[in-house]
Amino acid sequence: MVYLTRKAEFSASHYYHNPEFSAEENLRLFGKCNNPNGHGHNYTLEVTVKGDVDSRSGFVVDLKQLKEVMQQEVLEAMDHRFLNKEVPEFLHRIPTTENLAIAVWQRLQPKLKKAQLHRVRVYETPDLFVDFYGEE
Amino acid sequence: MNAHLTRRYLFSASHRLHSAEMSAEENRETYGKCNNPHGHGHNYALEVTVSGRVDESTGMICNLVDLDGCVEQEVLSRYNLENLNVLQEFAKTVPTTENLCIEIFEILQRSFPYAHLERVRLEETMMNSFEYSGGREVPYR
Repeated sequence: MVYLTRKAEFSASHYYHNPEFSAEENLRLFGKCNNPNGHGHNYTLEVTVKGDVDSRSGFVVDLKQLKEVMQQEVLEAMDHRFLNKEVPEFLHRIPTTENLAIAVWQRLQPKLKKAQLHRVRVYETPDLFVDFYGEE
Repeated sequence: MNAHLTRRYLFSASHRLHSAEMSAEENRETYGKCNNPHGHGHNYALEVTVSGRVDESTGMICNLVDLDGCVEQEVLSRYNLENLNVLQEFAKTVPTTENLCIEIFEILQRSFPYAHLERVRLEETMMNSFEYSGGREVPYR
């Protein structure tokens, strides 16, 4: 089993707010992240797939295909966007790093052909990242 | 849905690697320059990984304010800008980064109740890093 990781970067803005909570509760839970004007991050995305090495090509996965899927399914939807307003998953779900990792997994998994998706890692900042390994 | 969250912190500390159970020659041979009598320092990078269910109403495994507060209070305030060798937990234990990793894991396991502690990782330098997951064998993650 060999693991292959492909990185990508995207820039997006977001804010944290649950409309079912009061204004005070939102502020208490989310602090400055609750500012409705949003704030931004340069996200780094790492997609790790795993599989056996194909004896003819020497590949675990066709990297061109992986790059295209990441571009089409994730980057075009999220790069330079206001996540809360422009990405369907986040119209009604808070775009935390946790939910971003899960959303990226859910977008990628059905589109990957040969290799198996092992882990999606999303860095919100260099000091904060979330790993999602699929439903455990 | 379960996910893993990792937060990274920095602290600086000094240490000297020396075992009272070894002769001077054995210490020198085992630890090399790390046995120099006046010690030396590192800018450590600490990664704390917790896991848990992503709460539907907040989108979070745990609140970062709680995690940061706990790590600051229980770990960083204890070790930042300190000489590890003079601390009580290293009175009889060599303050290698392995042992520091274990110590930090055990501190956080006792003091952070909001999510499951998966792993503590310490970078001693850009070339050396250590991980401890509570003594469990964990598959590649």
